[in-house]
Amino acid sequence: MYRYSEFDTAFLAARNAQFRAQVERRIDGSLTEDEFKPLRLMNGLYLQLHAYMLRVAIPYGTLNSAQMRKLAYLAETWDKGYGHFTTRQNIQYNWPKLSDVPDMLDALAEVGLHAIQTSGNTIRNVTADHFAGAAADEVADPRPYAELLRQWSTDHPEFQFMPRKFKIAITGSANDRAVIKAHDIGLQLVERDGVLGARVIVGGGLGRTPMIGQELSPFVSFDDLLAYLEATVSVWNQIGRRDNKYKARIKITVFEHGIDAIRAKVNERFLKVRGQFKGADMALLDRIKAHFAPPEFVQNGQSGFEDAYRTDNIFRSWVDTNIAAHKRDDHAIVTISLKAHGATPGDATAEQMRVMADLAECYAYDELRISHEQNVILPHVPRAHLHAIFKALQENGLSTANIGLISDIIACPGMDYCALATARSIPVAQQIATRFEELKLEHEIGALKIKISGCINACGHHHVGHIGILGLDRAGVENYQITLGGDATETATIGERTGPGFAYDQIVPAIERIVETYLDQRLDREESFIETYRRVGMAPFKAALYPEARADAA
Amino acid sequence: MARAFTPKVITANDLIAGDVIYQTADDRWSRDLAEAELITDEAHAQLRLLDAVRQASKVVGAYLADVRPGPNGPEPVHFREDFRRTGPSNYAHGKQETSPQPRA
Ligand code: SF4
Repeated sequence: MYRYSEFDTAFLAARNAQFRAQVERRIDGSLTEDEFKPLRLMNGLYLQLHAYMLRVAIPYGTLNSAQMRKLAYLAETWDKGYGHFTTRQNIQYNWPKLSDVPDMLDALAEVGLHAIQTSGNTIRNVTADHFAGAAADEVADPRPYAELLRQWSTDHPEFQFMPRKFKIAITGSANDRAVIKAHDIGLQLVERDGVLGARVIVGGGLGRTPMIGQELSPFVSFDDLLAYLEATVSVWNQIGRRDNKYKARIKITVFEHGIDAIRAKVNERFLKVRGQFKGADMALLDRIKAHFAPPEFVQNGQSGFEDAYRTDNIFRSWVDTNIAAHKRDDHAIVTISLKAHGATPGDATAEQMRVMADLAECYAYDELRISHEQNVILPHVPRAHLHAIFKALQENGLSTANIGLISDIIACPGMDYCALATARSIPVAQQIATRFEELKLEHEIGALKIKISGCINACGHHHVGHIGILGLDRAGVENYQITLGGDATETATIGERTGPGFAYDQIVPAIERIVETYLDQRLDREESFIETYRRVGMAPFKAALYPEARADAA
Repeated sequence: MARAFTPKVITANDLIAGDVIYQTADDRWSRDLAEAELITDEAHAQLRLLDAVRQASKVVGAYLADVRPGPNGPEPVHFREDFRRTGPSNYAHGKQETSPQPRA
């Protein structure tokens, strides 16, 4: 993985010292909150409902065991013993004291982690496919390019005061696990005539005005990619709207000008900036690539696996649900669920983080990933070790076999923490998971993605959930709107609203009616929820959700 | 006609701990909503808010929150204020750790 150069380390140290001084000046009263707020936000420090929140970037979701242990250390030293993994491959600490934050940042810097550009109108943490470098279906590991983008965008003078924040996601595979079509820029690595490059998607985004990104270019070769992206961002920086925060994202610029006009402007600008890059970025990329060389895989990594798989039923169910295909047959990709039924999606205790770090170090080439779906991944695991890993996970509340199922819910912090929230989302997720666990229906239902946001900012990606739930404040009461048919993959789709929302105590029964309708309507077990929805449409679900409307119409 | 003034308290977050605090009638900051000064007069509310905002080295983001008078002091009107005075619902963290506050 990427190791910090001396330059990076010095940069981080200077930046942390600067912030420490700013915190001191805030505490002694020489900085007002108005002066301090933009400074703390630049360092990932928010003030939420009940406390400060520190958001730490996990670039392209990649961690080693030392970094994971450091995250655990922060959780128990300066927080309440846990951390919350987010939908943007960050970790959030919900309870730090202002005066402790400089120490937290210094501790993070010891392992090359930081909170820079996790907030504000900058290019945010570049996210990547959490199976990067391991997936059987990828063209190339996207992380070196993600790292190149990180270095290019971090403290880039032109991109510190943009109209709005800017999010980039990258995948090396046609099966999109990084939701690239819901980002300001989405990149998919592709190969053309033996040359590697990227397909560039622009103008996706969720929030108040959800949009699916459009193709800006089917192929930009790597040696032109940074210049092309710089051109794209600067076109937006120039013509993007600064008059209205809600119209400032590039999706609105693309929508208002049209993709063809944007493409023409980008091409024009590209020709101007292209010369400035002169291949220095490619030399850098080569150096970065060396840091992402695959581990030295053991040979015959599967020995002993078959026996355990045959004899241990619970293990078998976990393997069938939580394991994905690795590019090597004798290895596997393990997804560790942070969604135990009834637990807070994405939360891990310090102890659990340490267990996962130990497992990575012992059995999995010292690599961990964080997914935007708020789970932890061991990307390279010799199959022989799967059983031992499973046993250790089992002892630590980490062996839930529910990846991709109804209880593997994405939920944003909602009104339990977030100052912007209009309703809670965590307890809704907890109740849905608990309910379907009681019904013992989860495996029968099969693949189904529920995503919950506590306000229209859509951090919980509700628009692209097969079932999306949006918590709102309707006349001083929590109310939950449901959308159906959303899709976060390469066939990205924005879900459609079912109709009027549901009260807090009615939302779980409503989800149950939707699921019953699916079970009733599906052709057979092979037809997933989203396939059934696409075939039968909204009508039967509406009828189940709003029986009174049907009675009126009759 | 101007809308009738509804009762308020002044609330903010503590500068260092970040937790929810309320201004009391005797000019302290309390962690407990029940101790907050119940303000029923608009002009007085504006004055008290100015007092609060001036204490920039102690508090952040002071504002007036709607409350209704209750037998044990002010009670929140909106659910957001109810969560703020209690803490998150997924863990017994925040104020629930020290002073249990039943949810309305
Ligand atoms: S969706 Fe809204 S409530 Fe949820 S984390 Fe984002 S801003 Fe907060």
